[in-house]
Amino acid sequence: MEKYTSPAKSAGRLEQILKAGHFAVTSELSPPDSADPAEVYEAANILREVSDGINATDGSGAHCHMSSVGICSLLTRADYAPILQISCRDKNRIAIQGDILGAAAMGVMNILCLTGDDVTAGDQPQAKRVFDLDCIQLLRTARIMRDKGVFLSGRELTTPPKVFLGAAANPFIPPKDWRPLRLAKKIEAGADFIQTQYCYDVPMLVEYMKRVRDMGLHEKVFMLIGVGPLRSHRAAEFMRNNVPGVHIPDSIVDRLKKTPKGKKRAEGNKICTEIIQQVREIEGVDGVHLMAYRQEEAVAQIVADAGLLPRPYTVPEMNPMESDYFAMPAIEASMGKYDTMFKAQA
Amino acid sequence: MRWLQNHPKTLESMYGSTKWLIKKMGPMFEKIGNEKVDRWFRKPEEWSKQAMFDCQMCGQCVLHSTGMTCPMTCPKNLRNGPCGGVRQNGHCEVKPDMKCIWVEAFERSTQMGTWGADMMMIQPPVNRQLEGSSAWVNMVTGADQDVPTGWIGLNTITVLPKGIDYPTAK
Ligand code: SF4
Repeated sequence: MEKYTSPAKSAGRLEQILKAGHFAVTSELSPPDSADPAEVYEAANILREVSDGINATDGSGAHCHMSSVGICSLLTRADYAPILQISCRDKNRIAIQGDILGAAAMGVMNILCLTGDDVTAGDQPQAKRVFDLDCIQLLRTARIMRDKGVFLSGRELTTPPKVFLGAAANPFIPPKDWRPLRLAKKIEAGADFIQTQYCYDVPMLVEYMKRVRDMGLHEKVFMLIGVGPLRSHRAAEFMRNNVPGVHIPDSIVDRLKKTPKGKKRAEGNKICTEIIQQVREIEGVDGVHLMAYRQEEAVAQIVADAGLLPRPYTVPEMNPMESDYFAMPAIEASMGKYDTMFKAQA
Repeated sequence: MRWLQNHPKTLESMYGSTKWLIKKMGPMFEKIGNEKVDRWFRKPEEWSKQAMFDCQMCGQCVLHSTGMTCPMTCPKNLRNGPCGGVRQNGHCEVKPDMKCIWVEAFERSTQMGTWGADMMMIQPPVNRQLEGSSAWVNMVTGADQDVPTGWIGLNTITVLPKGIDYPTAK
């Protein structure tokens, strides 16, 4: 199959694990509202053992958090395999191409290209929406930089970014007949792997994957299906009403509603585990992508329950904060240094 | 005039003949001076296309490859298909009262005779310098076909595998 034998796009673990035919697991890191790197490592250290790649979101839901490039740079320092997310909402083509180079220089080997939720979904709806490129143009731009070694303008790069390119897909929303065609377009534009929106409706995914196979797309692209635990029926209802593009069937909401109080969380995790086991059986599915906002422990539990451990490769836990290379005390000390320096001058 | 939008086939042939006519008039534009013609055309083009398509005057018309639906009316300005936020009722993520323009574009593209499958084209990034100018004149001068140098050379359309046809409405 083309996807297994195509020449290596990156030197990254995620690509190698997928190409070796392992069922891959990626997970989403909830970016902190903080300037403290320790908060990133705290979450990443849990995800490290249970996933082959860690997504750093780019202002998801149009909420501002620590930037994706920043988080990815911290993660590569610890040798974790981050997936940089780029959304078209906030940056024009000039900023985006610069970020691709900057991230690649920091050791980032996977990039997920997204359209992005609209500014109205967040807490700063007054912001200007950019959308200079759309996600297909973004994918193609990244591919041009990687494969042709030039900027969009044609200006040459001395070293192109060697990155494995991802795109999102949402099989669960209208226009449904168009969705597999859109996937074909994304592959043509440059997608090597796909991470889908949350899947709570397995039969709908089965139907979509059948059309994907009919078109032979599963031979060209790695499909990672998005999954995530629901904390309660209220959380489920909130998500389907407020998070753009999330479809949750009534049967799931009802199941959580019937579960007695105090057991809902466990039931939510169980539903998620079951969905993973079901999607794993679908031909053409190459892995799962776990998304759970600020519930890293639940993600670890679910991956274990679904029988997906151990992962083919795990990086040892490392806290770069404690190494001399990147120590907060050193930064603080240097701050103090300038303090006295300027005082002395005054 | 919006009812016309629900007759994609009619629109398509109107588009075809306008294109033919404008192309024929090309040499004349050249003689008068494209800039002058641009000034003359801007307003009439804006009025007619706004009435029909809610045209946003991007200056590089791709209507025939987007189901005769103006992609610039999508709040995210997407030119290659719908975002991942379309609501279950087919309405827009950003404007809940509006039908997602890509849901409409897809439906209409299946009713078109000639250019429906051009929905599979990979539309290049918009040339923002052309915003506000006449797409008709830009078609004659070829300015609307200019893509960034780096963009040249890769496939511009997604070819469907053998045995799979672009969907058509029954
Ligand atoms: S829902 Fe449709 S019209 Fe609205 S932003 Fe997304 S693609 Fe554009």
